[in-house]
Amino acid sequence: MSDKPLLSLKNISVTFGGVRALKSVAFEVNPGEVHCLAGENGCGKSTLIKVITGVYKPEAGAELLFDGKAVPAITPALAQSLGIQVIWQDLALFDEMTVAENIGFQHAMKGKFGLVDKTAIRNAAEQALARLGVEIDLDRPLKELPIAQRQIVAIARALVGEARLVFMDEPTASLTQSETDYLIDIVRNLSASGVAVVFVSHRLAEVLEISNRITVLRDGSLVGVYPVEGMTQSRVTELMTGRLFDSAVIATDHDDQPVVLSVRGLTRHGEFEDVSFELRRGETLGITGLLGAGRTELALTLFGMHRPHAGEIRLEGKPVKFGSNRDAIRAGIAYLSEDRLSLGLNQPQSIADNLIMASLDKLLVGGLISPSKKAAVVKNWIGSLGVKIGQPEDPIRTLSGGNQQRVAIAKWLAIGPKILILDAPTVGVDVGARAGIFEIVRKLAAQGLSIILISDEAPEVYFNSDRIVHMVEGRFHATYDPRAMSMTELETAIYA
Amino acid sequence: MRRLILGNTTEFALVVVTILLCAGLSLGTDRFLTVSNAFDVLNVSAVNIIFAVGLLVVLISGGIDISFAVAASVVQYVTVLALSALGGGNWAEGFIIAGGVGIGLGVINAFLVWRLKIISIVATISTFNIFFGLLMFFTKGVSIYDLPEWLSTRVVFYEHEMSDGSWIELTLPVVVMILCCITTWFMISRTTIGRQLYAFGDNPEGARRFGINIGAMHYLSFGWLGLMAGIAGLMQAHYAQEVVPNALYGRELDVLAATVLGGARLGGGKGSVIGCVLGVLLVSITQNGLNLMGVSPFAFKMVVGAIILIAITLSSTRFDRLLPSAMNSSKQGSARR
Repeated sequence: MSDKPLLSLKNISVTFGGVRALKSVAFEVNPGEVHCLAGENGCGKSTLIKVITGVYKPEAGAELLFDGKAVPAITPALAQSLGIQVIWQDLALFDEMTVAENIGFQHAMKGKFGLVDKTAIRNAAEQALARLGVEIDLDRPLKELPIAQRQIVAIARALVGEARLVFMDEPTASLTQSETDYLIDIVRNLSASGVAVVFVSHRLAEVLEISNRITVLRDGSLVGVYPVEGMTQSRVTELMTGRLFDSAVIATDHDDQPVVLSVRGLTRHGEFEDVSFELRRGETLGITGLLGAGRTELALTLFGMHRPHAGEIRLEGKPVKFGSNRDAIRAGIAYLSEDRLSLGLNQPQSIADNLIMASLDKLLVGGLISPSKKAAVVKNWIGSLGVKIGQPEDPIRTLSGGNQQRVAIAKWLAIGPKILILDAPTVGVDVGARAGIFEIVRKLAAQGLSIILISDEAPEVYFNSDRIVHMVEGRFHATYDPRAMSMTELETAIYA
Repeated sequence: MRRLILGNTTEFALVVVTILLCAGLSLGTDRFLTVSNAFDVLNVSAVNIIFAVGLLVVLISGGIDISFAVAASVVQYVTVLALSALGGGNWAEGFIIAGGVGIGLGVINAFLVWRLKIISIVATISTFNIFFGLLMFFTKGVSIYDLPEWLSTRVVFYEHEMSDGSWIELTLPVVVMILCCITTWFMISRTTIGRQLYAFGDNPEGARRFGINIGAMHYLSFGWLGLMAGIAGLMQAHYAQEVVPNALYGRELDVLAATVLGGARLGGGKGSVIGCVLGVLLVSITQNGLNLMGVSPFAFKMVVGAIILIAITLSSTRFDRLLPSAMNSSKQGSARR
């Protein structure tokens, strides 16, 4: 690695409508290094990437050097020709096109006499995938690929443009642990072949595993640049949030409490087999395991969306059979979807409308939704969950991930549930905001709500559950007590 | 072969439905399955296919257009009036004027959608009313029957008397239709512009980040439909040998249904010329068969609606599930260690 930086920015300021999104930030990337850009949502990470790729113009006084040469006015086209590529969080791929057409799209944009050169597209796609050491059927339509493979297609597409600097915006947000490990290998390969990678991620474990250096932003200002050696997760969190979070095991016994949910021999062939457990009042049961272990499938069955093939579900002692999730909701079971963006919330609708979505029948007066009841419910939950909003009528997509998740939880609390199933509740949520969400979860449990917490991040279940169930290939493999083991032991058990 | 079928499920489903329909109709009437009837169907469908391939381009780019059929009526009027002002004119002038006016009307739609950011269905419903209102206002609903002689004379490229005494004819509208299909196919699937149209319709934000000129995409797609609508208008006037202001009113929904039936996705990014042609032909064949079977014309709409529903259902069920499953499983996997 040479000492001369590949990219060097100085004095970058951006203002949106009177709000300073970036305050004279400096940023540097060396050739072939893996550099992490860390910070909470709204700290200016995305804005900085958009400045570097020419989407936003920085204010006067900004300096941008690429490969030692000053670049006075950068545009998206110029950024691409310099070899700066971005893999956006939403990937910006074309669903209806094939894998080859997606990867080789740059070649589809320019061709001799304006004609498409299909061989060039195919060759480019083949080479890019070979460079990543991956095989994906080039003729498959993109929409048929699972999200992890789409991610790889997006990376391959970036490589076609002779990339020298690749930005990855939250590449692992929707990946499971094993897929993340795989992605990390790919990033290492890229870096070894001389491509610099800037990695933006909420997941500090992987940031520490993969990066050479970390640049931390907070509230639009540069906090500092740190080598990864000697860094710990709690130190990075502290730098990002300016606060210290202490983690301690919260597990307590609930043997004296009544059993709320009892499951015996629950089976859906091909998804999970012979699952039995009891959940007591105020208890938090963590369910962890790798992708395909059957966690979400089990949750959806408890929530009445799938019928079990065998086994029994008892709610407060009485056997129940759900015809649909409407029955489950009426019985007091709430399920927070793992996919908040597309399933959990209706993004263009207002905060208030999202919040009351599950509890409309409680707001009826003479068959119509009472505006005063609605306003009261919205005000109550926004206050008690500490959601930071402008107006309740703002579209929910204007909120940060953490605040959106609070509204999603409030939506379910408004039905007055007995059991709350949280499926991957912190996906796409900042470290600081995560702590806030788990604070809410603990408070709810203390008030007597029974919680099933599903996550493939070991620390989450370890620090927030009373009991942990480890699922392997659809079966309950083991049950752990967080008080009787260390975090590392749990991680080894899950990932080994 | 399997890949060909899987990659074009909609088109393949349409072919199957069309074959089944033809088989049924040929049992119902012995007049249906003749070469000359096949040419009749082609001649009748030509104008709608020209409309359909134009609309296809707008659908691929993620837009929709309701106004093109009445725009074609405007084109007919303006063209015929301009030609008589020119002292009669000829085919070349006719195509240039009709195409030019068509493009102009398409560009108005593109301007509304792109510059004024009006969602395309609302913009084109408005222009649909404006175009038609202006046309009726200025023409007072009066038709034109004395077209220039060259325009109202049938142009037959090939004719042949069959052994049973019926004639097969390859007429100008069919030849023009084939040329429109080939150029549209070439533009959308062989040129870089075409790939950009698909990309833009598929994921507008993704396309923008790639540096695709979004404004150009709007003007190109609506302009192309305008051109096709202009040509279709001229062909319809030639075919009907008259210009009636409300002759094409309502045609937009038939064409839209046939185009979507042919696999174009409302919302963009998907669709093919061959699908369009098959979609229009399926509807035409149904009408033609019912006609030959002596079914009341009042029942046509009902049956056509039912056929569209059946075909759409068949083409949206996962067709690959009906095929041998050997290759489905082998395509899974990879990419993961």
